[in-house]
Amino acid sequence: MDIHEYQAKKILSDFGVKIPTGGIVYSPENAENKAREIGGSKWVVKAQVHSGARGKAGGIIICNSPLEVADATDKLLGKKLITNQTGPDGKIINRIYIEEATDIKHELYLGLVFDRSSESIMVVASTEGGMSVEEISKEKPETIIRSKIEVAVGIQQFQAREIAFGLGIESKLISRAANTIIGCYKAFSELDATMVEVNPLVVSHQDEILALDCKMSFDNNAMFRRDEIAELRDKTQENSNEVYASDRGMNYVSLDGNIGNIINGAGLAMASMDMIKLAGGEPANFLDVGGGATPEKIVKAFKLISMDTKVKVILVNIFAGINRCDWVAEGIVQALSKIEIKHPLVIRLAGTNVEKGNEILKKSNINYIEASTLEDAANKAVKALG
Amino acid sequence: MSIIIHKNTKILVQGFTGKIGSFHTEEMIKYGSNVVGGVTPGKGGMTHLNLPVFNTVKEAVDQTGASTSILFVPPAFAADSAMEAADAGIKTCVAITDGIPSHDMVKIKRYMKRYPKDKKMGLVGPNCAGIISPGKSMLGIMPGHIYKEGKIGIVSRSGTLGYEAAQQLKDLEIGVSTSVGIGGDPINGSSFRDIIEKFENDDETIAVLMIGEIGGPQEVEAGQFAKENMSKPVIAYIAGLTAPKGRVMGHAGAIVSAYGESAIEKVELLKECGVTISKNPSVMGETVKKVLVENNLN
Repeated sequence: MDIHEYQAKKILSDFGVKIPTGGIVYSPENAENKAREIGGSKWVVKAQVHSGARGKAGGIIICNSPLEVADATDKLLGKKLITNQTGPDGKIINRIYIEEATDIKHELYLGLVFDRSSESIMVVASTEGGMSVEEISKEKPETIIRSKIEVAVGIQQFQAREIAFGLGIESKLISRAANTIIGCYKAFSELDATMVEVNPLVVSHQDEILALDCKMSFDNNAMFRRDEIAELRDKTQENSNEVYASDRGMNYVSLDGNIGNIINGAGLAMASMDMIKLAGGEPANFLDVGGGATPEKIVKAFKLISMDTKVKVILVNIFAGINRCDWVAEGIVQALSKIEIKHPLVIRLAGTNVEKGNEILKKSNINYIEASTLEDAANKAVKALG
Repeated sequence: MSIIIHKNTKILVQGFTGKIGSFHTEEMIKYGSNVVGGVTPGKGGMTHLNLPVFNTVKEAVDQTGASTSILFVPPAFAADSAMEAADAGIKTCVAITDGIPSHDMVKIKRYMKRYPKDKKMGLVGPNCAGIISPGKSMLGIMPGHIYKEGKIGIVSRSGTLGYEAAQQLKDLEIGVSTSVGIGGDPINGSSFRDIIEKFENDDETIAVLMIGEIGGPQEVEAGQFAKENMSKPVIAYIAGLTAPKGRVMGHAGAIVSAYGESAIEKVELLKECGVTISKNPSVMGETVKKVLVENNLN
């Protein structure tokens, strides 16, 4: 789960990380007042959307008066910001963060992630702040500092100091920088985060170490014990079909093609998408209804797919294990008695009681194309596009 | 021999008396697995499915001699149960539970390091289908009847894709020595490498089918291990050629975030390691058959 920049800043500041003075606003009027309240002579107006690269997309505006702040807010609010990470539809701007401008001396990069090889928490830092970590690792890999943290004891002062010295921070600022790194680590480990990124982390001309932009992601699996994080979810930043699916216990990812998929199991779902592509088609979505594929889940899955206007053909691929094919087939029949499907439908059942399942489908009045293997199903789905 | 579980392997069920635990325990018993009891704290002394229930894993191990456990405990309590199993001397624990936080997994793995190698528990999963040694024992939630007894080792992150493979092999009259689901989470108990090493050391297994997907370094690490240490052929299929970068595809671990983690990159790196690639999920069985013929193993 992703959260907004201002929410991440609030969390990190609670863990001792210094951030520029700022506040969230929802209207131009509000923005003007907030700028006066913050004080100073220069402000940054920042669109709050779940995406990086907002600056290049025009989502970050530097202003020299409270009136300019109001104008910039007016310009951004309610618009969709299209960045290289949002896809062509962009993401809606409903919240604006106003911040005092910072007098930047150096821009640094600081990130924390799980390292899947060593199964520990990894701190990644670089002197090349402001660039994305992908760009840094491509263009300036020699600047990257990595430090593995032993989770049983957590980050130690010396490790944070080593990173800070590695970043070339002046001696008098080392303990401030170390505390910033430790604060980020604590936020990561105490709140079930999966990613903390401060980019850039800056050293100001006033000798402050400040988190200028922050991003945090959290483990969806840990939300049962993180109410304070779960409530930060902003569904307006997510694809509405994906929200519908995740609220109903299904894994769904919207894609660009026109063949809608209903599949049980994440691996099989990915494999079916691959087969569609090999057959010359494009999947409209990834959808894993879960290993169970109960009739209720099948009904919800058909509802979800029929909400997607891109879909021209629907492919159902269920490998029934413990849940038998006859039971799954009954679920499909039930679902289609409740929802009208206008598009060609290809169904492939496999596993326990497959003959019985296919017989139930044949005897029903469902209009569908039967497929026997994964390959057969994909070929028939692509052919049905016409 | 099969790997990890055999005909007489004594099995304990953690989260025994719950709905899911009960259902799958019955299926395992029907298959012929040697389930000797279960653990549900607070219900010790009861009998469930004609088997004794214990309050603690230690007590259960003392009284039944169980070496292996399967875990159906809900996500919030699963880490605690896995660590309890490790401490009670369980040798292999299969965690079926889906939804264990990554921070908990890191904690479990760190905790298991406290034991010397000969006393260290092997954890398989979480978020997996479990293990089956066809005709001998089932320690999981798979449909047992799709597996034919035989000589191919299967290791898969995905449950249903592992079933797909077993079915394709069965249709070609090829059997399986053991099939292991290692689960779809980013941090898991046993890696592909851990399992293929066991297959290499197993007399009965003649070739290994590895079913991977996008995300993480484990498939490629296994390929490198195979290149350097394995005499048996390895066949692989990697799911997710069409998956977009940076998106989680169902499994929490299925996300492309670094070089070598996309399906295309993994396929290339595995080919360099001498692994035979099944070019699509429909021909996993055929590809295994082809490799067996080429190596005079059929």
